[in-house]
Amino acid sequence: MSGQRIKIIDTTVRDGSHSVAHRFSPEQVAKVAAALDHAGVWAVAVGHGDGLGGASRQYGFPAHPDAELIAAAAGVMENARIATALLPGIGTKEDLRAAHEAGATVVRVSTVCTEADIGVQHIGLARELGMAAHSHLNMAHIATPERIAENARIVVDAGGEAVYLVDSAGALMRDDVRAAVKALREALPAEVEIGIHEHNNLSLAVSNSVAAIEEGATIIDVTLAGMGAGAGNCQAEPLIAVLDRLGYETGVDLLGVQDIADDFVRPELMPGPIVIDRLTGTLGYAGVPASFLLHAIRAGERFEVDPRELILELGRRKAVVGQEDMIIDVAAALARDA
Amino acid sequence: MEAERPPLRVGIAGSGNIGTDLMLKVERAKGLALAGVAGIDPDSDGLALAARRGHYATPGGLATMLDQVDGVDLVFDATSARAHAEHARLLAERDVKSVDLTPAALGPAVIPAVNLRERLGEPDVNLVTCGAQATVPIIAAIADTAPVSYAEIVSTISARSAGPGTRQNIDEFTQTTARALQTVGGAERSKAIILLNPADPPIVMRNTVFADVGGADLDEITAAVEARVAEVSAYVPGYRLTAPLLVKDGTVTVLLEVTGAGDYLPEYAGNLDIMTSAAIRVAQQFAETEVAA
Repeated sequence: MSGQRIKIIDTTVRDGSHSVAHRFSPEQVAKVAAALDHAGVWAVAVGHGDGLGGASRQYGFPAHPDAELIAAAAGVMENARIATALLPGIGTKEDLRAAHEAGATVVRVSTVCTEADIGVQHIGLARELGMAAHSHLNMAHIATPERIAENARIVVDAGGEAVYLVDSAGALMRDDVRAAVKALREALPAEVEIGIHEHNNLSLAVSNSVAAIEEGATIIDVTLAGMGAGAGNCQAEPLIAVLDRLGYETGVDLLGVQDIADDFVRPELMPGPIVIDRLTGTLGYAGVPASFLLHAIRAGERFEVDPRELILELGRRKAVVGQEDMIIDVAAALARDA
Repeated sequence: MEAERPPLRVGIAGSGNIGTDLMLKVERAKGLALAGVAGIDPDSDGLALAARRGHYATPGGLATMLDQVDGVDLVFDATSARAHAEHARLLAERDVKSVDLTPAALGPAVIPAVNLRERLGEPDVNLVTCGAQATVPIIAAIADTAPVSYAEIVSTISARSAGPGTRQNIDEFTQTTARALQTVGGAERSKAIILLNPADPPIVMRNTVFADVGGADLDEITAAVEARVAEVSAYVPGYRLTAPLLVKDGTVTVLLEVTGAGDYLPEYAGNLDIMTSAAIRVAQQFAETEVAA
């Protein structure tokens, strides 16, 4: 595997948006995007944490619309692509057209890993627009490798060019990652790339990402300083160092990403340290989407219930990505039964 | 003593899950009689079941049924948006009333608990989406008491109850639902979100309604919402609030659940039951009005 090329997609100013309740400014986005572009990442994901059209009571109204943030990044980048996220059922084809006009050239169409067919029309539009059409199969811990591979075939038949295992809850074990990536690699044509998107709720993000690469993944989602929903994502700085030590080519300047992480992201972008504590750790343990963290804390305060109990109950009820309203429902029920 | 009324003769286009659930509901609905079921698949379970239960059933499509069965007063269209355009034409030619359960949205949107009476004279009415049937009554009830500057709804359904129509047209689902929140519900601005949950055992349909009402009187809103929930549950028995109304910073949050009647579709498929139940409600209202007229 020595010398094999790995694409790095940084999602600090997309997934990191969850940890600031979607309040990034165009200036902050431009600063991060310029530094990442200079450091040599393949693409920078930009926008609302819940993707295009995420501006809502359900997920939070952003300080600035996606098109404005994408345009801010586009204005300072020379080499890297701009990626955007779209969750069918939340965002629409119309939103994708607007993001493309603002400068996005890669889309990650994100669906629950068993429901990939709801993204077929969006993958089709991305291809029509000449964008790179990637599929994020989220909540990957809830399905068997075979089921995930079946769903991957649906998006690839629709024109998808890359399929990612998305560990929304940070709940995948190393062997789960290996089995799923192996199944994807066997099921998909060689030209379709496989990616992985991790959350660090159980402290496995870097090692799971490496395990995915060992089974054939070639695209890794990372964030600077690990900033992201829950206990954050696969942290860029250690991942780049590990891949370099293992002999993979990322094209990313390790010292460059360390500097932007330490000089800007940690002191100025992150509202607090990203830690695995009783709440983020329980997200991974219970298999609950990392994006639920701030919503669970707020609902805990509002209804005077223990947010950890809330997370455990959401896990028992098998809530999936996007179901933030269920947090209120469950909190109200727990408060009533208390 | 009131004279015995002849029942309204109802035909069903479509022999899939929705059409078959409609058949079982028409059989026991007061004032309605089943005229027949038209499908296009000779091997469909729905047609076989219709025949076994002694109904007219044809795999020749709606045109065949209309040629062979006399006196059809109203047809439920449970086929597809594409097929509905042709069906609406066939029905209009014969002066048969059309209740459209497809996403075609050719005729005006009807939500029985909101605007049924004013739309009853239309030749072709559209039942929008399950999300709209579940949430527009709530927005309309709130808007009757206070201006709703923004309405947002989130409908979560079991992945098992989401048919190919919803899956292939998910943008149309959110867009038509959002439009109905304004045109029928009375909100100034709106957004709709739909989510599929694959949990096993399957979840029942849940809906969350957010309405921005500023400093409006909560007691009045609560009374209006509770009254409207009772009106909807009169024709969708599994429709209920799961918690008291919540209010924060000028936004009212209403949490709802819809359990199905379990006629042909399983109980968790409240999203499908609310559509077929709304269709029956439209037909029954039409039957009463026809007789009165």
